[in-house]
Amino acid sequence: MNDDNLKQYWAINIRYVLILISVWFVVSYGFGILLAPVLNNIQIGGFKLGFWFAQQGSIYIFVILIFVYVYLMNKLDIHFGVEETEEGS
Amino acid sequence: MSVQIWTYIFVGITFSLYIGIAIWSKASSTSEFYVAKGAVNPLTNGMATAADWMSAASFLSMAGLISFMGYDGAVYLMGWTGGYVLLALTLAPYLRKFGKFTVPDFIGDRYYSQLARTVAVVCALTVSFTYVAGQMRGVGLVFSKFLEVDIFWGVIIGMAIVFMYAVLGGMKGITYTQVAQYCVLIFAFMVPAFFISAQLTGNPIPQLGFGSKLLDGSDIYLLDKLDQLHTELGFAAYTSGKKSMQDIFFITVALMVGTAGLPHVIVRFFTVPKVKDARISVGYALIFIAILYTTAPAIAVFSRTNLITTVNEQHYKEMPEWFTTWEETALLNWVDKNGDGRITYAPGQAIVGNPEINYANGKIIRGEYGEVTLLNPLTSTENELYVDRDIMVLANPEIAGLPNWVAALVAAGGLAAALSTAAGLLLVISTSVSHDLIKKQFKPDISDKKELLFARVSAGFAVLLAGYFGINPPGFVAEVVAIAFGLAAASFFPAIILGIFYKKMNREGAIAGMIVGLLFTLAYIGFFKLMYPEYNTPEYWWFGISPEGIGTLGMLINLVVSLVIGIIYPDPPVEVQEMVKSIRYPRA
Repeated sequence: MNDDNLKQYWAINIRYVLILISVWFVVSYGFGILLAPVLNNIQIGGFKLGFWFAQQGSIYIFVILIFVYVYLMNKLDIHFGVEETEEGS
Repeated sequence: MSVQIWTYIFVGITFSLYIGIAIWSKASSTSEFYVAKGAVNPLTNGMATAADWMSAASFLSMAGLISFMGYDGAVYLMGWTGGYVLLALTLAPYLRKFGKFTVPDFIGDRYYSQLARTVAVVCALTVSFTYVAGQMRGVGLVFSKFLEVDIFWGVIIGMAIVFMYAVLGGMKGITYTQVAQYCVLIFAFMVPAFFISAQLTGNPIPQLGFGSKLLDGSDIYLLDKLDQLHTELGFAAYTSGKKSMQDIFFITVALMVGTAGLPHVIVRFFTVPKVKDARISVGYALIFIAILYTTAPAIAVFSRTNLITTVNEQHYKEMPEWFTTWEETALLNWVDKNGDGRITYAPGQAIVGNPEINYANGKIIRGEYGEVTLLNPLTSTENELYVDRDIMVLANPEIAGLPNWVAALVAAGGLAAALSTAAGLLLVISTSVSHDLIKKQFKPDISDKKELLFARVSAGFAVLLAGYFGINPPGFVAEVVAIAFGLAAASFFPAIILGIFYKKMNREGAIAGMIVGLLFTLAYIGFFKLMYPEYNTPEYWWFGISPEGIGTLGMLINLVVSLVIGIIYPDPPVEVQEMVKSIRYPRA
């Protein structure tokens, strides 16, 4: 494993993290807090949308974000050959 | 059978289960005691983390708090789940790769300094003790409410149980007990929620139920109905809340970052075999947590609606039986200010302070309508009803007219939630003492056997101290817990993040940052919560940030101080930079 490869692996990891953290920020702080008063004008079923993001939606999206990251990183580990061996590295 | 008999049965069964696990999983080495040999299955670890995480506050107090806060309750819902995204993406995998036992271990090695290690130990102990006091109180509360045992003896029984499995089994015992406790607590939380959701809306899934129409034939959505009730009574609409936006923002950040910085949560990810497992097990943990956290806001809406429609403008004489039982516990009281015999519910406090029941010769003095009378002076508001927030979950089954065994189940669930969190915290406390202080600082040549003995002894002392705080509590359960988050956010989080993502971060910067962040946050909270509670209102807060949200500012100050001081001093040694590099790759 050479240094350039590792640097590239780390750079891609950082990019994944930044993208996913942006989504995390937008759904919770954006939709759930800052834009909540505006989104509350939209009603889906019994839920005002801003309220729903603040008390339900953001939590579901948090779960999804973690599993997306796990999937991406497991693939990245294998691609760069830095995955752990069976003995636990 | 009465609620009390059912409670004895459920508590008896669950407690024998916990003790059985304790005996089966006795730890024989420090590695087993501290991190269960790093051999825990990621799914098991996810479940254990969820139980570790969800405390008496999540289980007993949160839904009640939300039902009085409405939209503002989102700070807890998002704040106490969003931190797991930070954990999975920025902390857990790297700390697992680092592969030691504790958070101070990481801080001490990464910042090549015993001082940094000591500062981290002090932070870990401060955070954990603040948090554990609330748990023991929760145990005492459940015992006294359901089994009519004195709070003192309730706490003693809780201490004895935690002592058994935490002191004997260490992390191994705690992990498997937490799995059992998770099952108990989630079952206990969901059963009444299904029942009530079906009763009110016809949809048994609470997450969907609270967005559905009412079954009462009015063809109106539950949330619209609740907003309407709120407005009629003069409250802010349930779905809009009343805290300022910047305060909501700051509190949510403090809780999220605090979650990611809590040592008893972080340490759970040292217990899985691989980096890959650490990542996915955060995901499992959040699923298990989300089941409760997405149900809690639904319960909040159901119980709020039930409460208002049952009591408001109704005659006291027509109140159901549960109303009068809870009156005698001073958690739900009515003062007939206008003398019309009806209960008026309106904004503001009904009485000054917490209710004190008016006794004469050991008997409760009843008012004109048979209500429990109070000694408290009345306030000038129209409100005649005092409701303790904690009863929203405890009384929920009774309010909805559910069978007795459901109420008893809630008691067993509350105990499971409190005990599982207390055990996780006690382990952090004992590890900090035996490993971070004794082994790493005073007696590096100590044998593994001796260190294990020290770990057990300090766990024992920690149980006693936690019990003391449980009997003589420093404040409200939920409030005390919120402070711990601010402290974790302002002390650990920046040091760990910089330690992983910024290779050039040196010890001088990190130590200065942690100290300044911790002191600033402690001072702000101490000023408003302890020294001058009368000034604890938005006009005196800095930038409108409440003490609950100040950890966010503390964290930013920590970051700035770390970076500025860091620039002045030389880069860390090459070995440390190599170490930082190595934790970034699962294998390498």
